[in-house]
Amino acid sequence: MSAPLLTVSLLVAQLMLALAMAFAVIRLLGGPRAQDRVLALDTLYVDAMLLMVVHGMRQATTLYIDIALVIAMLGFVSTAALARFLLRGEVIE
Amino acid sequence: MSDFSGLPPPMAAVIGLLAILGAALALIGSVGLLRLPTFYQRVHPPTMGTTGGVGLTLVASMLLFSTLEARPVLHEIVIAVFMFVTTPVTYMLLMRAALHRDRPSDER
Repeated sequence: MSAPLLTVSLLVAQLMLALAMAFAVIRLLGGPRAQDRVLALDTLYVDAMLLMVVHGMRQATTLYIDIALVIAMLGFVSTAALARFLLRGEVIE
Repeated sequence: MSDFSGLPPPMAAVIGLLAILGAALALIGSVGLLRLPTFYQRVHPPTMGTTGGVGLTLVASMLLFSTLEARPVLHEIVIAVFMFVTTPVTYMLLMRAALHRDRPSDER
């Protein structure tokens, strides 16, 4: 009884996260200025990380938690570097 | 696909509800990012996904794996703490960069 319920709700959550990623990609491609694109990239990696967590829940494996942690750390570093590039014109002075 | 048959139905309902709510918060944040008119308004909605969405999804994951493996599985707290600490930092950096770029060039 509980297996189909959980599988369907996790599928719905995955579809919603995929839609959120699609909206972020639209903003990333069409954003009028560079800061809009950086913000959309940040949203995109957060949604991808959540999608990885939900996929790991569907597969019943804790492996994907570590992948999500790596995505979160790389996303933070890349967004911080891009914001610094927009602020100063170069990343490392 | 996977073996959820050992899960009690109320726990499965709670986990599914938390996962759907977290995904819905992330979706609302992305819709706001797509639809709001100016950049300074668009900075706000993605924080719904990075706080509420991350929190609810990771709580659902913790409940699921703790129930399936019959022991506390708390790896997810690392991700949650990391996201809650780094999101304000990146968004403040981004806001400063946007303010710097929007300033008239003769003032700098």
